[in-house]
Amino acid sequence: MIYRRVFGLPGWGVRSPFAELEQLRRQIGRMVDEFSGTPSLSGRAGVFPAVNVSENRENYYLRAELPGVVAADLDIQATGKTISVAGERKIAGADENTRYHRREREAGKFSRVISLPDDIDPDQVKANMTDGVLTVVVPKAEKTKPHQITVK
Amino acid sequence: MADTESKELKVRVKQELATPAEQTRSGLVFTPSVDIYETEKEIILMADMPGLKAKDLTIDLADNTLTLSGDIEPFESPDEEDLIIEYEVGKFYRQFTLSEVIDQSKIDANLSDGVLRLALPKVEKAKPRRIEVKAD
Repeated sequence: MIYRRVFGLPGWGVRSPFAELEQLRRQIGRMVDEFSGTPSLSGRAGVFPAVNVSENRENYYLRAELPGVVAADLDIQATGKTISVAGERKIAGADENTRYHRREREAGKFSRVISLPDDIDPDQVKANMTDGVLTVVVPKAEKTKPHQITVK
Repeated sequence: MADTESKELKVRVKQELATPAEQTRSGLVFTPSVDIYETEKEIILMADMPGLKAKDLTIDLADNTLTLSGDIEPFESPDEEDLIIEYEVGKFYRQFTLSEVIDQSKIDANLSDGVLRLALPKVEKAKPRRIEVKAD
């Protein structure tokens, strides 16, 4: 589901009068999810990794939190309108002498395809892993970019 | 670990902290997922804190309570407009009570690729001592 918003992420400064309302809406949504016990899929595809997508005039930006995943274990492919992200998260296993007290982190494979609203330029896609966050910069195709028209 | 290799990762919603004790600024607070395991000499704590830079991480150990807290800087530039939001970004905060006596001077912390590895060496005190009973 794609829906447009006119403001940024919570706590980083209000960009529009509706920002706080939208933040509240998402908070209420999360509370409802918790009470009903069934995670709703509003804005969530239910496929790992969770992805945030944003855009400006030139590019789409895809971001995903992938702590502990190294760049070599990632496979990112771009075609006409879609970006696919696949990879594997590896967690070094401890030897037999260790005792686990807590085990919450998970390892495994993942793969996801994200469709973008418009055509992209697949040759110019750039991906970057910093501090466990994957950022994919996807330039929009030349024909879909907004063009400034001069009035004579 | 052969069994994990074929496993598909599933989305887990980031755990939001309900009542953070030290909340002074607005914004969301999440509890990072951790692994804790113990070897003969030390306790190892691994925590997933994506997006965290080493300078923004605070590790505090007082009275056997270990506190991890991290501030996340926004990665979005101001001209970006959100299209899909599947996860929220916010601070990390989690506290642990440590049962073993930890040598506070030798704690080693290492943050790479968004994963914190904390090595907490045990104090060399609890080595069992055998007491010989003499009989005359």
